[in-house]
Amino acid sequence: MDINQIRKDFPILDQKVNGNPLVYFDNAATTQKPLTVIQRISDYYLRENSNVHRGVHHLSQVATEAYENARKYVADFINAKESKEIIFTRGTTESINLLATVFVPWIHAGDEIVVSGMEHHSNMVPWQQLCEKNKARLKVLPVALNGTLDLDFLEKLLTPKVKLLAVTHLSNVLGTVNPVKEIIRIAHKKGVPVLLDGAQGIAHTKVDVQDLDVDFYAFSGHKVYAPMGIGVLYGRSAWLQKLPPYQFGGEMIDDVSFEKTTFSKLPYKYEAGTPNVAGALGMEAALRYVNETGWEDILKHEDALLRYATEKLENIAGMRIIGQAKDKAAVISFLIHGIHPFDLGTLLDQMGIAVRTGHHCAQPLMDFYCIPGTVRASFGLYNTKEEIDIFAEAIEKAVSMLR
Amino acid sequence: MSIAEKEQMVIEEFSLFEDWMDKYSYLIELGKELPLIDEKYKTNQYLISGCQSRVWLHAELKGDKIFLTADSDAVITKGIISLLIRVLSGHTPKEMLEAKLDFLEQIGLKEHLSPTRANGLSSMVKQIMLYARAFQIKMNQ
Repeated sequence: MDINQIRKDFPILDQKVNGNPLVYFDNAATTQKPLTVIQRISDYYLRENSNVHRGVHHLSQVATEAYENARKYVADFINAKESKEIIFTRGTTESINLLATVFVPWIHAGDEIVVSGMEHHSNMVPWQQLCEKNKARLKVLPVALNGTLDLDFLEKLLTPKVKLLAVTHLSNVLGTVNPVKEIIRIAHKKGVPVLLDGAQGIAHTKVDVQDLDVDFYAFSGHKVYAPMGIGVLYGRSAWLQKLPPYQFGGEMIDDVSFEKTTFSKLPYKYEAGTPNVAGALGMEAALRYVNETGWEDILKHEDALLRYATEKLENIAGMRIIGQAKDKAAVISFLIHGIHPFDLGTLLDQMGIAVRTGHHCAQPLMDFYCIPGTVRASFGLYNTKEEIDIFAEAIEKAVSMLR
Repeated sequence: MSIAEKEQMVIEEFSLFEDWMDKYSYLIELGKELPLIDEKYKTNQYLISGCQSRVWLHAELKGDKIFLTADSDAVITKGIISLLIRVLSGHTPKEMLEAKLDFLEQIGLKEHLSPTRANGLSSMVKQIMLYARAFQIKMNQ
């Protein structure tokens, strides 16, 4: 993996912020896009743009074919059995909301839905709202102080009343990679379907939905070098076939009269309205980029960055790393004794370093640790050890100013 | 001294700094120096939720002038608060409502007042102006 070449593929990285070279460590919020992705979107609008499906004319067929090829590519990328199991959405949040909406008839008064204590609000609030509406109960699988989930406790939580387990693959705050295969095995033993929030997992683990045996997997393109506004809900076809449609309108119908409407087959049943074709093509280009760069190499590189950053940060006085799981990826959250994360983030920005500060849309997790928020650095395939050196030095400098 | 004159003074003070580090070190110093608010006002009632950093604000009318005290859990936010208080506190509601407050732009700290920054400062200024309006109405009664 030639990191210099990779960095050339991401022209946005080559700029100065407040007079310093940009160090972009906010990849868990969104990743930058390689040229191939930007070119793919632009090519589509330059040469192929047309509304997909049902058009008899040439361009419509070109666009339709490209769109369906993108679906096929995504399906292969996560090793879905069939491409009709890939529903294009706007992103992880919409994917989860889609599922929470179509699950309404499945959840009855007294039923239970289980989430974990480390969920992003997007994988908690939709379930909480569904429970409120249907008089069901939301139960929480607690997080241990080191940032891991207790699987023994999970077995106890999964009573016959539980209708769904929704849990994150990779925590956007703690960096914990949850033992999802084991979690799914336990849940299935109890007859409970599982949704994985793959917003982070898609970019920093090799996802194989058949190997995981997962029922639903939600992710966004923009966290894995694809454009914003495109995401995926993977659903096992047996599930998607029996769940009701989500939104109603064009494309998702089969036959319409004022008396009755019948709905299309998968995946169109879940794709009402004109889809984000350019986004889907951009996603295919991004996943191709990842594949061509090589998963193994990317994961090895990111792991080395995380280890190096952890080692560097641990040497800073007053450092407290939030999330000490053994199995972590690409995300490091921390606090420095007596220093507000916002102050540190502000000074790092002055030095050209982009990190995120705050609660990272996981307020219950912040409450659990009794902290106002953290400073979070998150890495992508284009980051380097040199950037981590700059980062560590900048933290020292900021701390000396703030103390 | 009028609000505009005080703003000018702050601008002149900041013009002495050669780089961002001097500027922020000064802000941090200001933030650390001042006990800005009476502990009894550091409650949820006076809290302006800014998401990233929290700000407490208390306003009091003495005679025809408003006196402000405030605090924050983040020290840079606190430093900027102390500038705002220095400029605004001790003036009449009318003077406050007419204040331009463009000195933050001139000293290169405008972005801290942006609502998207979520540090509570833009809400704080809004809240100060609400107090000023309320006191103005009260005084005219």
